[in-house]
Amino acid sequence: MITKLNVASIYVLDKDEALEFYVGKLGLEKGNDVQQGPYRWLTVRVPGDDGTEISLEQPGPPLHDEATAEQIRELITKGALNGLVLIADDVRKLYETLKARGVTEFTQEPMDHFYGTDMGLRDPFGNAIRILQQG
Amino acid sequence: MEELNRRMLRARDAIDRAYAEPLDVGAVAALAHMSPAHFSRCFRTVFGETPHRYLQRRRIERAMFRLRDTGRSVTDICMEVGFTSLGTFSRTFREIVGETPSDYRGGNGPAGVPNCVQMANIRPR
Repeated sequence: MITKLNVASIYVLDKDEALEFYVGKLGLEKGNDVQQGPYRWLTVRVPGDDGTEISLEQPGPPLHDEATAEQIRELITKGALNGLVLIADDVRKLYETLKARGVTEFTQEPMDHFYGTDMGLRDPFGNAIRILQQG
Repeated sequence: MEELNRRMLRARDAIDRAYAEPLDVGAVAALAHMSPAHFSRCFRTVFGETPHRYLQRRRIERAMFRLRDTGRSVTDICMEVGFTSLGTFSRTFREIVGETPSDYRGGNGPAGVPNCVQMANIRPR
């Protein structure tokens, strides 16, 4: 029986910039940050969560040859890849907090639906992030 | 190329936010700091369709959403999604969807998936 989603990955263009955004602006916490040779295992997670990690992966060798990496970068920046859906306790308050921290690229301001209130934004690279307050 | 993609994505996001407003290609091109002709070419290179077509499909998708999920009149919905003429709206809707707004409403109820999922995946081509 599977008991937990342990790691999910998203592609970013730059790990330092990703960390600055996901931790510094969005408010996630850094999980693993391990350098092994040229590879950096870098994850973030929801603070106080059960430990599900979001791995921030940069396209490139040895997994991708340069042409493949370039294709993936193209897809990231045109918003063609899938992003994250996160849960927050107060989306309207978080919206104000994120604006105060300098987040500008909102795809949707807080909006009420039958399933809750949500908002949308882009990370610095083009990935879509939805934040939902349920209920 | 990545920088151009990002600029075009910002423009497309702007269309998705402001589809209900009196928006035309010139207004969105100005947001991208480009001439309308150059903007249209770049947008098409990145997304495979012109910004005009994207906006038109977005407006029709939002109309389909309102027809399914609300009891608003067809005329109100036409105005709410950015069309200024009921004739243009009805003709465009029929061309794209294959049936009239009223017939579409009659055959469809609420989709039952989150709004953002609908916007991303139910926009007609």
